[in-house]
Amino acid sequence: MIATDTDILAAAESWRREGRQAVLATVIETWGSAPRPVGSHLVVDGEGGFQGSVSGGCVEGAVVEEAMEVMTEGTARVVEFGVADETAWRVGLSCGGRIRIFLERID
Amino acid sequence: MHLDTLARLNAERAARRATVLVTDTGDGTQRLVTEAEIDRDPLADTLRKALAAGRSGLVEADERQIFLTVQAPPVRLVVIGAVHIAQALAPMARAVDLAVTVIDPRTAFATPERFPEIDLVPEWPDAVLGNRVPALDRYCAVAALSHDPKIDDPALKAALGAGCLYVGALGSRKTHAARVERLTQAGFPPEDIARIRAPIGLDIAAVSPAEIAVAILAEIVSTLRRPRQDR
Repeated sequence: MIATDTDILAAAESWRREGRQAVLATVIETWGSAPRPVGSHLVVDGEGGFQGSVSGGCVEGAVVEEAMEVMTEGTARVVEFGVADETAWRVGLSCGGRIRIFLERID
Repeated sequence: MHLDTLARLNAERAARRATVLVTDTGDGTQRLVTEAEIDRDPLADTLRKALAAGRSGLVEADERQIFLTVQAPPVRLVVIGAVHIAQALAPMARAVDLAVTVIDPRTAFATPERFPEIDLVPEWPDAVLGNRVPALDRYCAVAALSHDPKIDDPALKAALGAGCLYVGALGSRKTHAARVERLTQAGFPPEDIARIRAPIGLDIAAVSPAEIAVAILAEIVSTLRRPRQDR
């Protein structure tokens, strides 16, 4: 079972070694009742498959979309989801929190 | 992140050494700082604090937003005594991601039937710690549940010596007073002995073995997660 953030980082490494692409997403800041703590990881592969979670399921879909862009461009970026953000409502961080996520490609 | 950095981070973690990954969230530049390298780092004080708290987080340095990924080794729980409470505690501890080992030289207690799929060691704690079972370190929790000083005491001594993050011992206040006496005789300073949680477990009025296991696990989690100054 992939349960801990250690496993996520190990998965990211083994994916790269198998020749799969990988983008790592890390929760860097939270406000209010964010579902996953700072430091939580999600890793996304070139096909959009992923392991781990950054929001317990609320915004994972949108994070994977952002990750696919980072995979193509190669530049790290910070994205924010929260109640003030219309996108967040659409993708459903309905718990009332806000999170900032750092996305980086594993090269 | 370079694959090399990720590989080093995973290797350090596998070797049970703490690291901090320092990431500039503005331009994505990074460096991995091991515990031994912290003193030489420009952010030494900040990194030391983050590591002591065991928490990842964002910091400001030179007007840049820096994210610190704190990698403390995964916590191991070593249970002394393959008793009824241990049967309930071991699978619960695994569910919260602790690596569990149960040690008891009494082969009537330490049977695979009583501990399915648990790392079970039917040996004396002092004989196996440091070889068959990896030596205790700061990132270990030790719960002494055997009720037998011949089995519990050597493990408690090893746990205090290694500075384990949690050390708990089952037994009444009277039993614990006798234990304190023995450890004092053995030369342990009072402040070390005071680190032993006894009676073990948070006070939730637990009665059954499984309830006592919940109380012990809750105490371990609270020790692990609460900032040190609040403990």
